Amino acid sequence: MTSVALDPPMAREALSRRLSSVLFAKRGLLVTLLLVPPLLWLGVVYVGSLIALLIQSFFSIDEFSGTIVREFTLKTYAELLRPANLDVILRTLAIATFVTFASAVLAFPIAYYAARYARGRTKATFYIAIVMPLWSSYLVKVYAWKLLLAKEGAVAWGADRLGATPMVDALLSMPFVGGPSLSVSYLGQALVFAYLWLPFMILPIQAALERVPASLIEASADLGAAPGQTFRTVTLPLALPGVAAGSIFTFSLTLGDYILPQIIGPSTLLLGQTVYVLQGTAGNIPLAAAFAVVPIIVMGFYLFAAKRLGAFDAF
Amino acid sequence: MRSKASLKLKIAAGIGLLFLHAPLAFVILYAFTTEERSYQFPPPGLTLKWFGVTFARPDVWNALVLSLRVATIATVIALTLGTMAAGALARTRFFGREVISLLIILPIALPGIITGIALRSAFNLLDIPFSFWTIVVGHATFCVVVVHNNAIARLRRLSPSIVEASYDLGADSFQTFRFVILPNLGTALLAGSMLAFALSFDEVIVTTFTAGQQATLPIWMLNELIRPRQRPVTNVVAVIVIALTFLPILAAYYLTREEGPASGGG
Repeated sequence: MTSVALDPPMAREALSRRLSSVLFAKRGLLVTLLLVPPLLWLGVVYVGSLIALLIQSFFSIDEFSGTIVREFTLKTYAELLRPANLDVILRTLAIATFVTFASAVLAFPIAYYAARYARGRTKATFYIAIVMPLWSSYLVKVYAWKLLLAKEGAVAWGADRLGATPMVDALLSMPFVGGPSLSVSYLGQALVFAYLWLPFMILPIQAALERVPASLIEASADLGAAPGQTFRTVTLPLALPGVAAGSIFTFSLTLGDYILPQIIGPSTLLLGQTVYVLQGTAGNIPLAAAFAVVPIIVMGFYLFAAKRLGAFDAF
Repeated sequence: MRSKASLKLKIAAGIGLLFLHAPLAFVILYAFTTEERSYQFPPPGLTLKWFGVTFARPDVWNALVLSLRVATIATVIALTLGTMAAGALARTRFFGREVISLLIILPIALPGIITGIALRSAFNLLDIPFSFWTIVVGHATFCVVVVHNNAIARLRRLSPSIVEASYDLGADSFQTFRFVILPNLGTALLAGSMLAFALSFDEVIVTTFTAGQQATLPIWMLNELIRPRQRPVTNVVAVIVIALTFLPILAAYYLTREEGPASGGG
């Protein structure tokens, strides 16, 4: 009787011991067992989906019936080169470039201060201050700017109080970037993009600057360089890999975004919006897929160039 | 030389930080405004009434509950898969290891729209109808990396000798995992889960592609942003979202602060 009562737990223990010894002896088996579920998920669900997308970009749409023709063709990619579509791609690239420059300029002083002067508690505070906005809600951040940039909103009010309204109006009357108000102009759109991605730019620049030894700056001063000269010829070139690393994010995120341009900026479509409209209301999945391949290719080249600038050492 | 920052630099850094943080303060301010039809600044008056109005709205509650359910299940899946991947990759070298690391990071390295449309076209090809579960699949996919990054950072800091000591004292692999590795990994997993939860709770881009008729809270907000119906309610929802993402992120920071950046990115 007692042996019956004792047996099952003992048997289980023996089994778990034996299994444990096998796993201990064959680490490869353990690693494989651990890897199978995540790889199944990411490999099958995710990569499978990406491949499905890629395949669809080689299909085309029947112009009369609107149905998808499941035969290999490059016709859909050729459509990307039509003036209207090319315009979307070039405009998006132009905005992404501008946003990247703007965020680099805005990020630099913060990163420089955090890397060179902030110590102890100040440094921790800086870190939280930079990372918090990164994780806070994307939509709420966009919404905040809708409030701020509205005609009756805080920016217009502030400009009015400071007597800067003519300056804002002059900016808005510029061709291309301007518009009736900040919230429907490219200027406002780029500003909000730069705001959204700013932490992605600050962190790598800060990391790059932290690696510049103070002795190097001192050596430059000892050799007679003025502070400005040291900054231009020593600090800035050494910070460049950080800028390149940050620009990967600012560029890629701007290319793919389609929420912000719906809410802030002119009514003309950017790349992300085009993909969304094509796959949704237009039902043209092949062209949407071909458009989606554009940022992948652009980012491929971009990553290659960034690697040569040393961006990957800056993380 | 490094003694003091120049005034110009201090001002520039200060303006930069203000630029990063001031906008969210405005959102909080607007939740209390008495103005209903415009974004008038400064607000003509302050009131608490919109909180009551918002809490009485069934559509807001439905969206909130859906978001919380999706975030919970996506976090559980990401926690399982991310921890397993971290355990396998932490102290090993083998052919193809870099490819697997890349595969884990890919869902947030590629723009969200690509992840979204790829999943959508796959669901379409397989005739899978959009549901609660298609949203969860999308979210879990990009949340794995957050848990993985937190877990792997902790595993690499963990001294291999304590695991060896456990074996030497006669523990088997399971006991070592249960009594030695897991307690050491605990806070990192908690932090990773919180970040994954916040990431899922807030996600809008992938969700627009993988949700059918259901609206998560961010989708609800997006609809309000594109076609505003009741601005004060949107303002209050924005404040709720700020609170619900802020707290887990802050907690995650304090749980892992010795390890430096809780990397992942949004």
